[in-house]
Amino acid sequence: MRHIISLLMENEAGALSRVAGLFSARGYNIESLTVAPTEDETLSRMTIVTRGSDAIIEQIKKQLNKLIEVVAVIDLTDGDHLERELMLVKLRAQGEAREELKRMADIFRGRIIDVSDKTYTIELTGTGSKLDSFLHAIDRNLILETVRTGSSGIGRGDRILKL
Amino acid sequence: MELTGAEIAIRCLQEEGVEYVFGYPGGAVLFIYDALFNQDQVKHVLVRHEQAAVHAADGYSRSTDKVGVALVTSGPGVTNAVTGIATAYMDSIPLVVISGQVSSNFIGEDAFQEVDAVGITRPCVKHNFLVKDAKDIASTLKKAFYLAKSGRPGPVLVDIPKDVSNQKVEFNYPASVHIRSYHPERQADAGSIKRAAQLLADAKRPMIYAGGGVVLADAAGPLTDLVRLLGAPCTNTLMGLGGYPATDKQFVGMPGMHGTYEANMGMQHCDVLLAVGARFDDRVIGNVAHFGSVPRKIIHIDIDPASISKRVQVDVPIVGDVGQVLGELLTVLRSSKQKPDTAALEAWWKQIAEWRSRNALKYRYSDEVIKPQFVIEKLYEITRGDAFVTSDVGQHQMFSAQYYKFDQPRRWINSGGLGTMGFGLPAAMGVQLAHPGATVACVTGEGSIQMNIQELSTCKQFRLPIKVIALNNRYLGMVRQWQEFFHGNRYSQSYMDALPDFVKLAEAYGHVGILVEKPSDVEGALREAFARKDELVFLDFRTDPTENVFPMVPGGKGLSEVIFAEDL
Ligand SMILES: Cc1ncc(C[n+]2csc(CCOP(=O)(O)OP(=O)(O)O)c2C)c(N)n1
Repeated sequence: MRHIISLLMENEAGALSRVAGLFSARGYNIESLTVAPTEDETLSRMTIVTRGSDAIIEQIKKQLNKLIEVVAVIDLTDGDHLERELMLVKLRAQGEAREELKRMADIFRGRIIDVSDKTYTIELTGTGSKLDSFLHAIDRNLILETVRTGSSGIGRGDRILKL
Repeated sequence: MELTGAEIAIRCLQEEGVEYVFGYPGGAVLFIYDALFNQDQVKHVLVRHEQAAVHAADGYSRSTDKVGVALVTSGPGVTNAVTGIATAYMDSIPLVVISGQVSSNFIGEDAFQEVDAVGITRPCVKHNFLVKDAKDIASTLKKAFYLAKSGRPGPVLVDIPKDVSNQKVEFNYPASVHIRSYHPERQADAGSIKRAAQLLADAKRPMIYAGGGVVLADAAGPLTDLVRLLGAPCTNTLMGLGGYPATDKQFVGMPGMHGTYEANMGMQHCDVLLAVGARFDDRVIGNVAHFGSVPRKIIHIDIDPASISKRVQVDVPIVGDVGQVLGELLTVLRSSKQKPDTAALEAWWKQIAEWRSRNALKYRYSDEVIKPQFVIEKLYEITRGDAFVTSDVGQHQMFSAQYYKFDQPRRWINSGGLGTMGFGLPAAMGVQLAHPGATVACVTGEGSIQMNIQELSTCKQFRLPIKVIALNNRYLGMVRQWQEFFHGNRYSQSYMDALPDFVKLAEAYGHVGILVEKPSDVEGALREAFARKDELVFLDFRTDPTENVFPMVPGGKGLSEVIFAEDL
């Protein structure tokens, strides 16, 4: 099962490598990992998307909690949550494709953030699967470059991860 | 008053009441060695290899309940220490290892003797630190000692760049320490304790399986009380030996790959298993699926939540200090009106007696060639079961665990988790320093002892009267045994050729060496060695090169799928 684990940790050099090292040393899967400081600059917030059986996810949470610099861990998948990922995609946009691509961007609520006579660069946010669908909807030959941030997640409503 | 970082580091050790630092100097720690030189409260033990420094600190810690301290230089000093650190990590031993680092402005430039100490040790420490400013040394070392000792213990590395050790700042040793993300003290859940007590009270075939956590938590007392109260059989893992007295009739021996038949069958066929400070290691329960194929309720007490339901799903998890939880469990059980089911217990003990009667540890004595088991039996007799016994890794380790009956915790000191050859002698140094008058024996093999034999020199310098009991079978015996059983007798690289004359070698280091070749000389030689109270004696026992460790549950098999000595 796919799980989104959110954690708060001390914003210290080396903390990220402890988390990454834990996953590789114990053979856990990482689909994506995002991290950045929070409004409290002593803390970083990390979102990890992983897959595993219930027993493995349980171990992952316990092992993360064991890391000294990890302050709090939650499994967003345990309840209602929101998930967003940002993608920048550069497309070959010439001739009649130009109009078509603009329409696709609109349909997916993307924004064209850079234009040259040969290319469009589109910014798109959404769940991972929405970004996937966008890429599927476009002629592969037109895709020049993509960059994705990996998912960030947050609980819905009163579900709050804060110190 | 302002002090240098180095002086502060030493002052911190003094504040922590550190008696011994095991170490080896080098460029990056020269200021720290200078600060050591200028005081005499903390004594330094100069080892001959950094691996030995960490093992010695480790042996010191295992035989006391104190934090062991090692000090090494940057680069090769740290890399040599890694095996020692990993050894301590696998067995949850509290250590503080201080390493020198190249000066801050050189870090990242592939400077002379630079390694990323924090990176290299990250997977095998409880935590580690790189100190970037001398004003952080005191608080970092305070945290290091606290982290090492609290919760599930483990080694902590503190890496100090050379310039930081020479930077002058004000010294203040913090009185207390708070880490907002670390809360090792937990109150065990009262409901779970009640449920555990009920399960135990209702059990028809209870079994207690106690591991190294009992020793580390100094919980042998409450464990013993509980086992007696329940009238249940108790098994101690390789790490837990001494947690329950081995000479007691309720003790059924060690479980696992080379455990007794009664311990393994008891683990397999009990209806309620109480696991205390143990982690269902692959060497203990064998095949997980086979272990899980019979119904039983499992209660698991452990300080580390991650140890619970890691390999085996349990019914009642209890996270907490083992000693405290056992105490609470005792209180609940004692206040219960429920009478133990004596008929069921009697039938259970009858079953255990039947398994016991297989006498899984019997071996054929010979009056021509020395049997390794015989040496350990005699060692036990002559030291009246009262020695500290350290061990290396291999057959001799298993024989020691099987035939030396440990009645007290912290007497049996071995590398269980990592299985580090070369551990025994340096660990014995730490033990002997911690217990100056005590009898300390290091049981080893001719393979293992050569991995840290240079420490005979340290033993001379510090007058450590360790008795080295080398079971010299001219083979990497445990490897040879697996090759015999599982690789068609192809003894690939397991014969130890060109062995040194250990007697002369011991003498060259200034010790006494005794060669023992006949079974009839074993006892006399041991007596002579232990009579030499102030000398290190190296006993070179030429043992049967073909002897194997039995019983054996081969890797991947279930606990009841045992090979006995007579099967082959
Ligand atoms: C550092 C290290 N290298 C290799 C091994 C693998 N190993 C396990 S037991 C063993 C043989 C040990 O031989 P010896 O010390 O002579 O003891 P014996 O088994 O003969 O009693 C070896 C090589 C190990 N445990 N540790």
